[in-house]
Amino acid sequence: MSVLIYLIPMALLLGFAGLAAFVWSLKSGQYDDLDGAAQRILFDDDENPPET
Amino acid sequence: MGRNTISNDIHISERTEKIDGFENFVEHTPDGDAKLSLLISGVHCAGCIQKIESTLAKEDGIKGVRLNFSTKRLELSWEGDDSKANSFVKKIQNLGYGVNPYSPDKQQEQAQEQARFLLLCLGVAGFAMGNIMLLSVGLWSTSGETMGIATRSLMHWISAAIALPAIIFAGRPFFRSALKALKGGHTNMDVPISIALTLASGMSLYETINHGEHVYFDSAVMLMFFLLIGRYLDFRARGAAQSSATDLLSTLTGFAKVIEGEKTKNIPIRDVREGMIIRVAVGEKFPVDGCVSEGQSTVDTSIVTGETIPRDIQINDDVYAGTLNLSNPVTIKTVSATEDSLLADVVRLMEKATQGQAQYVRIADRAAKLYTPVVHSLALLAFLGWWFIGGIAFQEALMIAVTVLIITCPCALGLAVPVVQVLATGSLMKKNVLVKSGDALERLAEIDLALMDKTGTLTLGKPTLIGDYSSADLQKGASLAAQSAHPLSKALAQAYDKELISIKSVHEIAGSGVEGEIDGKLIRLGSRSWCGDETVPQSEHIELWLSHEGHDAVRFLFKDQLKEDSAKTIANLKSHGIKSIILSGDREEVVRQVAQECEIDEFHGGITPPEKYKIMEKMQSDGHKILMVGDGLNDAPTLVGADVSMAPGTAIDMAQNAADIVFMGDKYAPVYDTYNIANLTQKLVKQNFALAVMYNIIAIPLALAGLVTPLIAAIAMSGSSLLVIGNSFRLRMNS
Repeated sequence: MSVLIYLIPMALLLGFAGLAAFVWSLKSGQYDDLDGAAQRILFDDDENPPET
Repeated sequence: MGRNTISNDIHISERTEKIDGFENFVEHTPDGDAKLSLLISGVHCAGCIQKIESTLAKEDGIKGVRLNFSTKRLELSWEGDDSKANSFVKKIQNLGYGVNPYSPDKQQEQAQEQARFLLLCLGVAGFAMGNIMLLSVGLWSTSGETMGIATRSLMHWISAAIALPAIIFAGRPFFRSALKALKGGHTNMDVPISIALTLASGMSLYETINHGEHVYFDSAVMLMFFLLIGRYLDFRARGAAQSSATDLLSTLTGFAKVIEGEKTKNIPIRDVREGMIIRVAVGEKFPVDGCVSEGQSTVDTSIVTGETIPRDIQINDDVYAGTLNLSNPVTIKTVSATEDSLLADVVRLMEKATQGQAQYVRIADRAAKLYTPVVHSLALLAFLGWWFIGGIAFQEALMIAVTVLIITCPCALGLAVPVVQVLATGSLMKKNVLVKSGDALERLAEIDLALMDKTGTLTLGKPTLIGDYSSADLQKGASLAAQSAHPLSKALAQAYDKELISIKSVHEIAGSGVEGEIDGKLIRLGSRSWCGDETVPQSEHIELWLSHEGHDAVRFLFKDQLKEDSAKTIANLKSHGIKSIILSGDREEVVRQVAQECEIDEFHGGITPPEKYKIMEKMQSDGHKILMVGDGLNDAPTLVGADVSMAPGTAIDMAQNAADIVFMGDKYAPVYDTYNIANLTQKLVKQNFALAVMYNIIAIPLALAGLVTPLIAAIAMSGSSLLVIGNSFRLRMNS
């Protein structure tokens, strides 16, 4: 059972990493225009406009 | 009849060369960059996004350019002078898109903020649920003896450390709404949810402290996660919040060309004051109510009166804000500023309609009203029963009462409506029907009376050529018509698809028509008094005359034709017991004819916007549930006031904003299709409620008997939710 001492914190840490990534993506507006995101994958070149 | 060709040319060069005034809308970021929000119209694919973004990105000084496809907003930021804004706008216009300054809409921004907040809560709840489940699987699969009490307590404590902050953080949407409801002295679905969440976590904490085994952190967090999904879907289904009536005035955004002495200046429409002299070019809307002081033209007043035939205006005639100047540039003197215009009057009527609107109680809230007292008294009875009659300890009795609350918690109920609604709005979207308000389908399923506008709703809203003509006449007419922007000319040009002949020295003559020369002979296309044959009796249809020296004058007749499926749609509605009535601002005899063609018995012609509203109000007070379908400014108050409203995609923005549902295309059938899907949606929602109740009938006795363990609670909760979601997906099969 002592292995839990490593495993539980590791699981929590990974979970937190996922949550942090989600919060970051949310705050940077990646969920604001879901329809647009669906369209943008159709751009056929790498001519990326600068980010706002 | 003065010749206006010269001023026409000047006007065209003005429109293509000069764009200014956008610098008034520029804001500044903290770093000193200029920032501008624009509303772009005509964006409908990935190509459009890319074209606009990459074109602007190449411009000098641009720092950021991002087009939001959902809101059609373009966010621009750049280094340097504010006045660069105008050149950027011009670049976009040259690509063929419409550009308007974006006036920030508070409500829309709040809606976006709210959506983000719900997503954040959902993310936190999902994280908490995943991690607690990881521990719970271990707890479920072994007992305290094999695992050891100390290990079990450790796992409970870790669960508590994850669950409690998560519930406090992500449970806020429910707690807030429950508190608001309780303060207002009533209850909603969020009250039992909040109570269950609070009690479940409180009791679990108590058990954890006392090394007990009835710890429900997993159920509580799972409950919250599922409910947040429902809440977020509900929010999405509601779409962009309906703009308030005052925001509708901003549909007249942009600039008015104000003449001050020798100079003309672009002034934002909102700053135009009484007495200002404004020049209105061809194809522009009159920005204010005014009186013509120079020039003559024809005006499309259909948005105010519903009349299809353009009206001729001359010096001293009144024009209304929002109407379209068709044939010649004119100068008007402002009679009333935008906020005092007829348009504003209509907006005020709409505000009144909004306030007068009976608050619709959604089916989910009605269910909550029934459900809450039943569940709470059951829990109370269980507690008292076990404590006094069953004779068990206080804590154990309380535990049973809390499990009753947890197990009955409206997880499935919370999903019952939003899942079906999201699927229904999704499948309607594929049929080009946009549902804008969350409960619109619910209200649509209950209607028994349909009021409809004529022009642009039942009919195509534009004139179509009727009758037979010789191909030589058609060719001459169409060739001349192709040179003019008048709606009748457009219709004539459209009706002829073969080769055109060339006509020399074509020019348009104000209020009369167009004229030109073929082989030195004068040819004219225009009004009866100018080039027609006065001896021919008047027709009930709209007419346009063609005269060619040496030939008899030819009369082209036009009619605003019914949409091909109008009559069928009305018959379909009738078969469901829904009566249709036409309310139109157009002339009585024209309305009668349309009514006959559609087999509608009741119609009202020649009525003003307030009269339309009054008729609707009266029928509402007679107990009818009303659907209003309309497309014009004159319909807008009625659209707001009716129980549910629809507008075609060709409708003016204001009507589209006011309507609950917008349907695209040249057909009328979507009205009936949407009604059908609304009915199906209601049927599935009711089935979902029945499923949720059935689940409770099985689960409540178990909970009352004290047989529920954390594992059973978790299975019951996710099982019932999946069942409801599965049932909702049947909408896809049936529609």
